[in-house]
Amino acid sequence: MKTAYQNGTALALVLGLAALPAFAQDTIQFGAIATLEGPFAVLGQEGIRGVEMAIAQFGGTVAGKEITLEVGSSNAQPDTAIAAARKLVEQDGAAIVVGPLSGSEGLAIRDYARTQPGVTFLNGASAAQDTTLRNPAENFFRWNPDGAQWVAGLGELTYNEMGYESVAIVAEDYSFPYTLVFGFMQPYCELGGRVPERFWVPLGTKDYSTVIASIPQDVDAIFVTLGGSDAVNFLSQYQQAGGDKPLVAGSITVDQSILSSRGRAKEQLIGTPTASPVADTNTDAAWTSFVSAYQEQFPDGLPIPSLFAQEYYISTLAALTALEEVDGDLSDDQAAFRAALSALELQTPAGMRSLDENRQVVTDIFLSQIIETDEGQLVSQLISTVPQVNQTLGFDRETFLAYGEVGRDNPSCD
Amino acid sequence: MSLFILTFLNGMTLAALYFLVAAGFSLIFGLMRNVNLAHGSFFLLGGYIGFEAAAASGSWLLGVAAGFFAIALVGMALQVTVFRWLAGQELRQTLVTIAISVIAADLMLAAWGAQSYQFDMPEIFWGALDLPGLDLRYSRYRLFILLVAVVIGVALWLILNKSRLGLMIRAGVDNREMLEATGINVQAVFVLTFGLGAGLAGLAGVIGGTALSLSPGEDLRYLLASLVVVIVGGMGSVGGAALGAILVGLADSFGLAYSPTYGVVYTFVLMIAILTWRPQGLLGRA
Repeated sequence: MKTAYQNGTALALVLGLAALPAFAQDTIQFGAIATLEGPFAVLGQEGIRGVEMAIAQFGGTVAGKEITLEVGSSNAQPDTAIAAARKLVEQDGAAIVVGPLSGSEGLAIRDYARTQPGVTFLNGASAAQDTTLRNPAENFFRWNPDGAQWVAGLGELTYNEMGYESVAIVAEDYSFPYTLVFGFMQPYCELGGRVPERFWVPLGTKDYSTVIASIPQDVDAIFVTLGGSDAVNFLSQYQQAGGDKPLVAGSITVDQSILSSRGRAKEQLIGTPTASPVADTNTDAAWTSFVSAYQEQFPDGLPIPSLFAQEYYISTLAALTALEEVDGDLSDDQAAFRAALSALELQTPAGMRSLDENRQVVTDIFLSQIIETDEGQLVSQLISTVPQVNQTLGFDRETFLAYGEVGRDNPSCD
Repeated sequence: MSLFILTFLNGMTLAALYFLVAAGFSLIFGLMRNVNLAHGSFFLLGGYIGFEAAAASGSWLLGVAAGFFAIALVGMALQVTVFRWLAGQELRQTLVTIAISVIAADLMLAAWGAQSYQFDMPEIFWGALDLPGLDLRYSRYRLFILLVAVVIGVALWLILNKSRLGLMIRAGVDNREMLEATGINVQAVFVLTFGLGAGLAGLAGVIGGTALSLSPGEDLRYLLASLVVVIVGGMGSVGGAALGAILVGLADSFGLAYSPTYGVVYTFVLMIAILTWRPQGLLGRA
């Protein structure tokens, strides 16, 4: 008799839960997608560290609800990111997904987000321009700059301060490097810089010998935008081939994931100018306390957290802060939560961040140069800060959209 | 002109690397009629083991030796426990070796993770060499690979064509019963051959991993390269593997240098052409 009664209670409870899922649950399911395989494996690992840091900072709960985290892995190809997202959303029931890491994955996840209006997606670190610039999704929020924002000010620095009048470009052949190279070339070519040759190599290229042989001898420098193991392979082969051109680096190429890698490949990078949402020697308290929290939580991690740890951390932090503001209310297709998320002014390790009308971040960017510390460690030394860079790089939206979609040949630089 | 010379050197050194992997593949595939689609796994596992050995001992040469001998042992063990029971059953060999390669790939992912590994090469190979008579510099290490490939190619040719072991291997392939009747332990000969072929793949793992880098997926890349090389050059002959490797390496490099967009296509065009006009490969026996 007693058991039957208990069963009845349990049944009623289950039915009650089913009827009012958003109110009755005392956990909030998070999903995170990062490239834990393939050429960006180390970067993906950093991304997940960032997510874990933000959750740890909230003590694993927000508004009295426990946060549970499932991690999905991709390999920088869009289909793998979609597979990971589907598993997290459709199988694990994630209400909020943080990720992905790589540019073309971001475009794919934005499209997937449209099919899941009940779930909120916060970008991890993917930085292709059109993920938010053209045809954005209502439930996709990017608290991270795109590739063109990453290098705001670098074209000017390269032409005016470094005095390089022509550069050859070596970059991976997909949406994110297109975006970053656009951000570099737009001001650089405007100032009079020339780009005689652009080499677009497939993601995951191992053998750069042919590209290296084809780099014209009369350029002043090489602008490199390769990530993870691609960068390590290129740098070591360029050095072995006896290359001696100075480099200018897209943010990802001088990320701590590469500066702290083993081997001699990175020696080439000393003196290289770059721009990025992080500068290792930044003395701002928000950054230094982020660095010590990272070092404490991940003794086996990198000596200084990478750009990817920071970006995943900021996205997760934004989600948790907004959740706290609305007291964990995810009802009505997360309407209140999304409104809070859109209106948030967030103090981050990279300064104040906020979102524009396309749910794309406006943020500070740091110009820096790679130096070797007395301990023999490579770090990016802050030169100056470009304040509050928006996605249209200071142009009004109309003018900026008229530049057209970024790609292999845009801008033309004639 | 300098682009042409550099591209030629790139093609030849890439060919050297392909040859090191494909020579072992050809030896096993051609001489023993054993379809070993786990050859790429031998390459990657050899590289990882070599990396661990080099990191632990601080000596790159020890890493190379470890890659060779460890994989030779793995190969011999596989021949004794698996392949000797499958002689002549090509479909089973194919399925079993694919299974082995899939399992090995996952085990290696679990053990070494997904990041890429780079070797610390000996100081003497670091940097570039001025090419005499030309106003060009070229990577010392890549020239070293070329040298290694030539030495190993010549050694293999001598073993197969001039030594008693080579005589036994060739005789065993042509007529196994007759060879057994003369009192030679054919299984022992095959185990040795398999060990040698697998060991070469392990050695190539360390040498190739030092030139480029090691990461998951490399096993399939080199298996595919070996297949193409062996199809183009002809199975079972050292000369065929060398010729095939040179053609594939040059097609790769010149394609990428002179028409980057379609660079990857040329290798397969070459393969299709050979399959159409000379299906046994350029130096293969009909």
